[in-house]
Amino acid sequence: MSYQGKKNIPKITSDRLLIKGGRIVNDDQSFNADIYMEDGIIKQIGDNLIVPGGVKTIETGGKMVIPGGIDIHTHFQMPYRGTTTVDDFAQGSKAALAGGTTMIVDHVIPDPGCSLMAAYDLWRQWADGTTCCDYSLHVDITHWNDSVKQEVDNLIKEKGVNSFQVYMAYKDYYQMSNSELYEIFSFLAERGGIAEVHAENGEIIAEEQARMLQMGITGPEGHVLSRPEELEAEAVFRAITIASQTNCPLYVTRVMSKSAADIISQARKKGNVVFGEPITASLGTDGTHYWSKNWAKAASFVTSPPLSPDPTTPDYLNTLLSSGDLSVTGSAHCTFSVAQKAIGKDDFTQIPEGVNGVEERMTVIWDKAVTTGKMDENMFVAVTSTNAAKILNLYPRKGRIAVGSDADLVVWDTDSIRTITAKTHNSAAEYNVFEGMELRGGPHVVICQGKIVLEDGNLHIISGAGRFIPCSPFPDFAYKRIKARKQLAVLRAVPRGMYDGPVSEFSMSRGGTPSASARTSPTKQPSRNLHQSGFSLAGPPTPDDIPIRPAGRRIVVPPGGRSNITSLS
Amino acid sequence: MSGYQGKKNIPRITSDRLLIKGGKIVNDDQSFCADIYMEDGVIKQIGENLIVPGGVKTIDAHGSMLMPGGIDVHTRFQMPDRGMVSADDFYQGTKAALAGGTTMIIDHVVPEPGVSLISAFEQWREWADSKSCCDYSLHVDISEWHKGIQEDMETLVKDHGVNSFLVYLAYKDVFQLTDAQVYEVFSVIRDLGAIAQVHAENGDIIAEEQHKILEQGITGPEGHVLSRPEEVEAEAVNRSVTVANQTNCPLYVTKVMSKSAADVIAQARKKGTVVYGEPITASLGTDGSHYWSKNWAKAAAYVTSPPLSPDPTTPDYLNSLLSCGDLQVTGSAHCPFNTAQRAVGKDDFSLIPEGVNGTEERMSIIWDKCVVTGKMDENQFVAVTSTNASKIFNMYPRKGRIAVGSDADLVLWDPDVTKIISAKSHNSTVEYNIFEGTEVRGGPLVVISQGKIVLEEGNLHTTEGSGRYVARKPFPDYVYKRIKARSRLAELRGVPRGLYDGPVCEVSVTPKTMTPASSAKTSPAKQPNQPVRNLHQSGFSLSGAQADDNIPRRSTQRIVAPPGGRANITSLG
Repeated sequence: MSYQGKKNIPKITSDRLLIKGGRIVNDDQSFNADIYMEDGIIKQIGDNLIVPGGVKTIETGGKMVIPGGIDIHTHFQMPYRGTTTVDDFAQGSKAALAGGTTMIVDHVIPDPGCSLMAAYDLWRQWADGTTCCDYSLHVDITHWNDSVKQEVDNLIKEKGVNSFQVYMAYKDYYQMSNSELYEIFSFLAERGGIAEVHAENGEIIAEEQARMLQMGITGPEGHVLSRPEELEAEAVFRAITIASQTNCPLYVTRVMSKSAADIISQARKKGNVVFGEPITASLGTDGTHYWSKNWAKAASFVTSPPLSPDPTTPDYLNTLLSSGDLSVTGSAHCTFSVAQKAIGKDDFTQIPEGVNGVEERMTVIWDKAVTTGKMDENMFVAVTSTNAAKILNLYPRKGRIAVGSDADLVVWDTDSIRTITAKTHNSAAEYNVFEGMELRGGPHVVICQGKIVLEDGNLHIISGAGRFIPCSPFPDFAYKRIKARKQLAVLRAVPRGMYDGPVSEFSMSRGGTPSASARTSPTKQPSRNLHQSGFSLAGPPTPDDIPIRPAGRRIVVPPGGRSNITSLS
Repeated sequence: MSGYQGKKNIPRITSDRLLIKGGKIVNDDQSFCADIYMEDGVIKQIGENLIVPGGVKTIDAHGSMLMPGGIDVHTRFQMPDRGMVSADDFYQGTKAALAGGTTMIIDHVVPEPGVSLISAFEQWREWADSKSCCDYSLHVDISEWHKGIQEDMETLVKDHGVNSFLVYLAYKDVFQLTDAQVYEVFSVIRDLGAIAQVHAENGDIIAEEQHKILEQGITGPEGHVLSRPEEVEAEAVNRSVTVANQTNCPLYVTKVMSKSAADVIAQARKKGTVVYGEPITASLGTDGSHYWSKNWAKAAAYVTSPPLSPDPTTPDYLNSLLSCGDLQVTGSAHCPFNTAQRAVGKDDFSLIPEGVNGTEERMSIIWDKCVVTGKMDENQFVAVTSTNASKIFNMYPRKGRIAVGSDADLVLWDPDVTKIISAKSHNSTVEYNIFEGTEVRGGPLVVISQGKIVLEEGNLHTTEGSGRYVARKPFPDYVYKRIKARSRLAELRGVPRGLYDGPVCEVSVTPKTMTPASSAKTSPAKQPNQPVRNLHQSGFSLSGAQADDNIPRRSTQRIVAPPGGRANITSLG
C-alpha cells in the first residue's frame, strides 16, 4: 500500500528504530548514547551502533530520552450509575500517549457483592480491544469474605494482579471496617500483594455531608467542606498503623493535602513501608475552584479526597515528591461530562467524582518540580515511571532504558511551552482542571512498543495495540524489607511456672474477650446489639474449662521451683 | 465528749479553725511567704500577722512549702468488673490518696451497657458518699450510644454537676463506639459545654492482635502489651483529635501511656486543637518491661490499658512533656485488683482485670521525676497535680489554689523527705505495688482536707464518709473560651450561583456514594439497630429517602442569579 495516512505508519519504520544523539535519562544517571530497538524491545545502547540499513532514525539533537511515563492510577470507562466516564480505554490511553505516558494502570471496581474475578474479566475485555498502550490492572476490594479472599488469591497467582485497593470512605458502600482492613492487609502481606488505600474517614464524612446539606450548602463547595483534609490525614494515619501491625506494604492513592503527605513522610522516617501517590491535580492545581460561580466549572474539580483549598498545597506536594517522601504519581483520570456531573446539581454528594490529568501529568511535574529546581531529570524519571515499575514488579522491563527493556520511550523537549486548554486536550470532557496553565516541558516524540506514536505534534495511535502486562507478587522494592522484618517479628512467651494461688470467682464477662468476639471469619461482622449486653458465660471459657497445658505452649517450671511464683518480691 | 484522744479522733476545736504559720505558699503562678488562717473548711485569711481567735490550733510550717492539695483526676475505686470489684473501695482509695497529699479525687462512673447513666451515677454517689474520706467528683463513661443516653447526659450536666464524659475507642463489642457515634457524642458534649474524654486505643486492631497472640500460644501478661502496641494508642489519639476538631469539641485524653501518643497530642496542640493529655502515675513512674517478669503475679499487677510502654525511656519523656506544658494534668487511674482477682486471667491475658495503683504515689513520683531533676519548678508542679485539673473541670479557684475563699485543702510539702515505696507500707489493699522499691524524694508532711488535719507526723486521721460530692458546672472558661470563639467563626456559607440549566445525565442505577440523608445522623436513637452489612444486598434502591427529595433546602438557600444573568452558568471557561 503506498498511501501513508497520518494514522498509518508503515511497518518497516515502526519495527526497527534508531534514536541518535539523545541524552538517555534513567532514574540513576544520564548519559549520551544512541538507542536501537527492534520488535518493541531495546536491543542496543551505545555509540556507533551497527544497525540494519534503511532503519528509521530519529535525530534528537541532544534532547533527553526518558523511559515512557507510567500512570499508575486511571479510571477509564468507569461505570457510574448506568453511565461511564467519558474517556474510555481508547480515548484515555490516547490522551496518555499524547502526554508522554506509555503505560497506564487502571482500577477494576467490582460492585460490592459482585465477584472480583468477573469484574476483572470485564475490565480486561474493555481494555484489550481498545487500549493504545500497555496497561495493567489494580483490583479494588469493595467487600470482604472468604470467597473474596479466594478470588484475591487467584488474581495474584493466575491473573497478574499484585495490588489491591481498599476504601476507608464511602460509608455503607465501599468502606471497610478496621477489622476488615486488618484481615485484608494480613492476607496481602502473606501473598505478596501491595495494599492500596483510599484514605478518608467515611464515617465522619457522612456526618459532615448531612450537616452541610442541612445548612443549605448544596453546591460543589459542600464537597470540600464536608471532606476537610484532617479526615484524609486521619485515615492515612490509621491505615499506616494497621499496615505496620500487619507488616504489609502500604500504598496511599491520591495524596491530596499537606497533612496527609506529612503523615506519610513521618511514617517513612519511622521506617514504615509506605508509598504516597500524589496525582496530577493535587500537584498542579488547588481547591479554590470549588467556590467558582460557574457551577459546571466548580463541579469539574470534584474528586475524593478533594483538592485542598490551601493554595500552597501543590508546591508543598511537589517538594515532598522531590525529596522522595512521596514516591509515585498517577492522574486518577476519571472524567465526566458536565451533563453527568449535573446529576448532583442540587446535591453535591451526588456529583460523580473524578478529574482529568493523564495527559497533563508529565508536563505538570516537569514544570512544577524540574524547572523550579526542586528535582533533577533523574528524579523526574523516578517519580513518573521507574518507582511505579518497581512497585508493580515490572522493573526493569518498564521504567528503564536498558537493553532488553520494552521500547517505551519519550524524547523530551525541555523547552517547549504550551497552554493547557479543554479546546485542544485529548480527553472527551468539556472542562480541564488545568485550563489556562502555561507549562514548560513536553514530549517531542513518544515511542510505545517500539513504534512512534507521537511525532511533530501528530498522534499515530492504534486502538487495541496495548497489551495487558501481568504483575507478579512480592516486588523486591517493597518486600525485601517486609521479609526481613517478618523474620525478626517472631514473638515469644515468657516461660513461667504455673500460677497456683487463689483465683477469684467472676461472673459476667466484660472487657472484650477476643476468644468470644473477634475473628471468627471475615464474613461475620456482628452488629453490636445494645440491648443484649449481658454476656453469657457460654462464650468465653472460664479458667476451669481451659486445658491447663495445651500442646505447643512454652511454659516450663522455672529453675527455683514453683513455690516462688505467687510470693511477693 | 470523752477526754480520750485516739489517733483517729481529732477533737473538733482543732480541726475547725487552723492557722499555718511561716510556710511558703506555692500556687501555679507564684510562690510567696505568708500565714494562712482557715475556718469551717474554707481559707479565711492569708497574710502576715493575722488576727485570729485565741487558742486556735497552729502549725509551724517554717521552711516548708504549702501547696493546694492534689487533685487526682482519674480514679476507679470500687470498680465492678465481671462480678468482682477493684480491691480499693472509696474508703481505702481516698485514704491512700490523702496519705499521698491528694485531697480530691474524680472517679469514673462506668455504666454497664444497657444501664442508664443516671442510675449508674446514683449508684456511684451512694458508694462514695458513705465511704469517701476526701472531696470527690465523678466523670461518667459513655459505654453505648442512643437517644436515652443523650437525655441522660443532659440531665447529668444540668442537675447533677457532671461536666465530663468518657468514650471508649477500645473494648470491641463491649464499650467501643464507632467513629460516627463518637462524632455524635462529641457534638452533644460540645452543645452541653462538657469535656469529651477518650480512652484512646484502636479496639478493632487489638481484638485481632489478641487473637493472633493467643493463637501463638502466648497467654501470659506479656501478651497484653504485645497485643496493644503503642502505635494503636497513637492511632486512636490521632483519630479522636480529628473528630474533636471536626466537632469543635474540647478533648481530654485519659491515660497517656506512650511517647507516640504524647507526641500526637503535642502536635495537635501546636496546630491549635483544644486537647488535654493526662499521663498517669504509672506511665510517669515505671515502664512495661515488668510484663516479662517471671513472677506471673507481679507481671499481672502491671496490666492496665493502654499498657505501660516496654520502652524504658518513656517515663522520662512523658515527664518532660508534662513539664513543658504539652501534657497538662495527671491522674493515677488507680484501679488495682488483688492477685486472686488477676488470676482470673492466668491462662489468658485478655481476661486479666485491668488497672494499676498510683493514687498514693502520684505527687511524690512527679516531684521526684520532675522537680528534683529540674524539669519543672514547684509552681508547674502545682499546676499539673492540682490547678490545671481544677480549671479544666471548672472547680477553680475553689479547688487548686491557695486563696481567700478557696477550700482549705492544703498540703505541707517536704521536698527533702525520702521514702521507699513498698506494698508492705502502702495504703492500698493489694499485694503488689508497681513502684515497689522505688526511692522517691519529696512527700507530704501535713495534709489538710476540708480544713481538718488528716495527715500529721506520719499518722492518718481520716473520717469515712466525710468527703463531699463536688458538683461541676458546664462551660469551663479554661476550655470553652476558645471553643466559643471558634463556633462563631466556623459558620459556613454556600456559594451564590445561578441555577444550573444545562443537560443532566439520566441516572439508572443507584448512587455510588451513600447519600447521608438515609444513612447518617438521623438520631442517636437509631444507632442500636445498626444493621449488619449485608454483602449480598448491596443494590440500594432509589425508593427510599434518597438524594434531594426530602431535604428542605429551598427556603434557606442563598443562591441567587449572578449579575451577568443565567446564560453563562454552563459556559466553558
